Amino acid sequence: MKKTLILGVSALALTLASPQAMAMKAKEIKIGFVTTLSGGAGVIGKDMRNSVQIALDHLGNKMGGVPVKVLFEDDHFKPEVGKQKTEKLLHKDKVDIMSGFIWSHVVLASRNSVVKAGKFLIISNAGTSKIAGRLCHKNIFSTSWQNDQVPMAMGEVLNKRGVKSLYIVAPNYAAGRDMVAGVERTFKGKILGKDLTKWPTQLDFSAELAKARASKADGVFIFYPGRATNAFMRQYAQAGLTKTPLYSVFSVDSLSLPKLQQAKLTNVLGTYSTQFWAPDLNTPVNKKFVADYRKKFGSYPSHYGAQSYDSIMLIDSAVRAAGGDLKKMDTMRAAFRKADYGSVRGKYVYGNNHFPIQDFYLRKVVADADGKWTTKIEQKVYSNHQDVYAGKCKMKKTW
Amino acid sequence: MVDPHLLFEQLFNGVQYGILLFLLAAGLTLVFGIMDLMNLAHGSLYMLGAYIAATVALATDSFLLGIAVALPATLIVGIFLEVVVLRKLYDRGHLDQVLATFGMILFFNELVRLIWGPAGIEVPLPSVLNQSLTLFSIPLPIYRILVIGVGLAVAAFLYILVVKTKVGMLIRAGASNREMVGALGIDIKKIFTLVFGLGAALAALAGAMAGPIFAATIGMGENILIQVLVVIVIGGIGSIRGAFVGALMIGVIEILGRSFLDDLFKLFLPVNAAETAAPAAASMLIYILMALVLFFRPQGLFPARSG
Repeated sequence: MKKTLILGVSALALTLASPQAMAMKAKEIKIGFVTTLSGGAGVIGKDMRNSVQIALDHLGNKMGGVPVKVLFEDDHFKPEVGKQKTEKLLHKDKVDIMSGFIWSHVVLASRNSVVKAGKFLIISNAGTSKIAGRLCHKNIFSTSWQNDQVPMAMGEVLNKRGVKSLYIVAPNYAAGRDMVAGVERTFKGKILGKDLTKWPTQLDFSAELAKARASKADGVFIFYPGRATNAFMRQYAQAGLTKTPLYSVFSVDSLSLPKLQQAKLTNVLGTYSTQFWAPDLNTPVNKKFVADYRKKFGSYPSHYGAQSYDSIMLIDSAVRAAGGDLKKMDTMRAAFRKADYGSVRGKYVYGNNHFPIQDFYLRKVVADADGKWTTKIEQKVYSNHQDVYAGKCKMKKTW
Repeated sequence: MVDPHLLFEQLFNGVQYGILLFLLAAGLTLVFGIMDLMNLAHGSLYMLGAYIAATVALATDSFLLGIAVALPATLIVGIFLEVVVLRKLYDRGHLDQVLATFGMILFFNELVRLIWGPAGIEVPLPSVLNQSLTLFSIPLPIYRILVIGVGLAVAAFLYILVVKTKVGMLIRAGASNREMVGALGIDIKKIFTLVFGLGAALAALAGAMAGPIFAATIGMGENILIQVLVVIVIGGIGSIRGAFVGALMIGVIEILGRSFLDDLFKLFLPVNAAETAAPAAASMLIYILMALVLFFRPQGLFPARSG
């Protein structure tokens, strides 16, 4: 009796002290982050996890005064595992927000689980045309791009550089086909041939490279993320294609370059790729992110890392807007839509499908002052570019 | 129609790919045919060979030294595995062997991750080998010519070993009637250890040769092992000759399928459909061949005479 009374009085006293916070502020924010941590693609997941760590360091492990915890899960590069891990995070760990996802096919398999659970999904990489279009949702946001945008920018670059004919090699899966569709949409020259290879098991490209050389195309366009990049670049050099310029998307980046340098594949230097970001992108947030990342981990972050950093920062902006009350879904959604946070790419806005409308750049592989290979921005290709699937998304822009 | 230069070049690529498969298939078919042991972990020895060769090559800047170290090192690992683990499995069924060696795959993948990390290793080649040689106005990668040379040398070595030497005679005898060899006072256990060690060394050689093309990565063995199994089923289990012919067939069919099937499909399909269907059909070709061989010659093209 006495105990209850004391409890009651203290509770009342607390309510009086800070009525708002007591009623609503979450005790802890749990973010579920699905990525690939095992196998050859594990390097991507590691870079994303490192970048999330930098973001948490910058936030002091708190969002809007509430302690935050990020739970990582490994999707093994497989859609069925990704979905299973998503369900586990949502229902067993009871996370408040889902984020991460490298692969288009994995996020497509996991999307419905998050939507059904009524949680926000902040996609850190996978830019599948389906989620940008027909499968867009009020609770799904991207901090990356739609797959097609990057190869579309490359198509424009090829036109500007006077490339008349092109040979295309890409893996045969959702993102691979998006990349091919993207470059075909903007490239005005002739496409002399196109090979879609078995993904992810095929690492021998001798047949495709022989065809590319026989086609006598002005340039070769490729998309080979993860470990396939190195196998491709090496065989490209060995096949005697060094005189045919190589144009790539999502292949030559901060993760593959140290390995390519280790293998002394100097034919990579000077090759071009397009992207919304590069380690040398000149924004105050990016300078701080890249410097702190390099100090802590000794290498350049990749775009996967940059997008993951942005995912955490975007979530932070929404949590702060809701005063730490994660039940205020509408307030949080409004904050997400404003994208009013310190992004590594500078200010951008969200389209009706919750994908960024942003700038894209042409990047060249160079050696930095210490001799380390990295990508450097050459020029801006697109300003405020919106993906072409936004029209297929039924949401209307009301912000 | 088809450009003869391109056709020749793709045949070359097919032979080269087949030779790489042969290096793996030779060891696996010996172990399977002679010891009656289903060893799924053969791919793990391939991976181990690739990693050891890559590590030594990076440390010493000598690709040759990498191979020289990888072969005996993997041979020792193979002999250790045979003595400690596999010997206990000979009297059990194939299912037990599959389960145990599958467990070994997981073990080795995790071991490699612990030692070398998840990223894989690139193997620097002497710059001479990173170029191509122009033959009849066709540029052929020098490194792939080297792979073919090594594969042919191994095939010759195995032929002499199995057909012309006393050890080879015992190996053949062990394959056709194990009990009788034992009854004649030959220590069959020693022969098994030797065969398994030889298989491991061949896998390591394949791994070391594959490293500079694909890079050494975790799980590289499982990808290729499926095709190797197809090779030994087509060639006839236990037959080196079968492994050689089967590997070349698979290599050439795989590459030619990838090269020309899309053009072929475009003759009677819309371009878009052909482009999507061709890669799928190309990756099915070798399995179709296997099904045909199994239907007409269930024992394979060159069955080893076995009791």
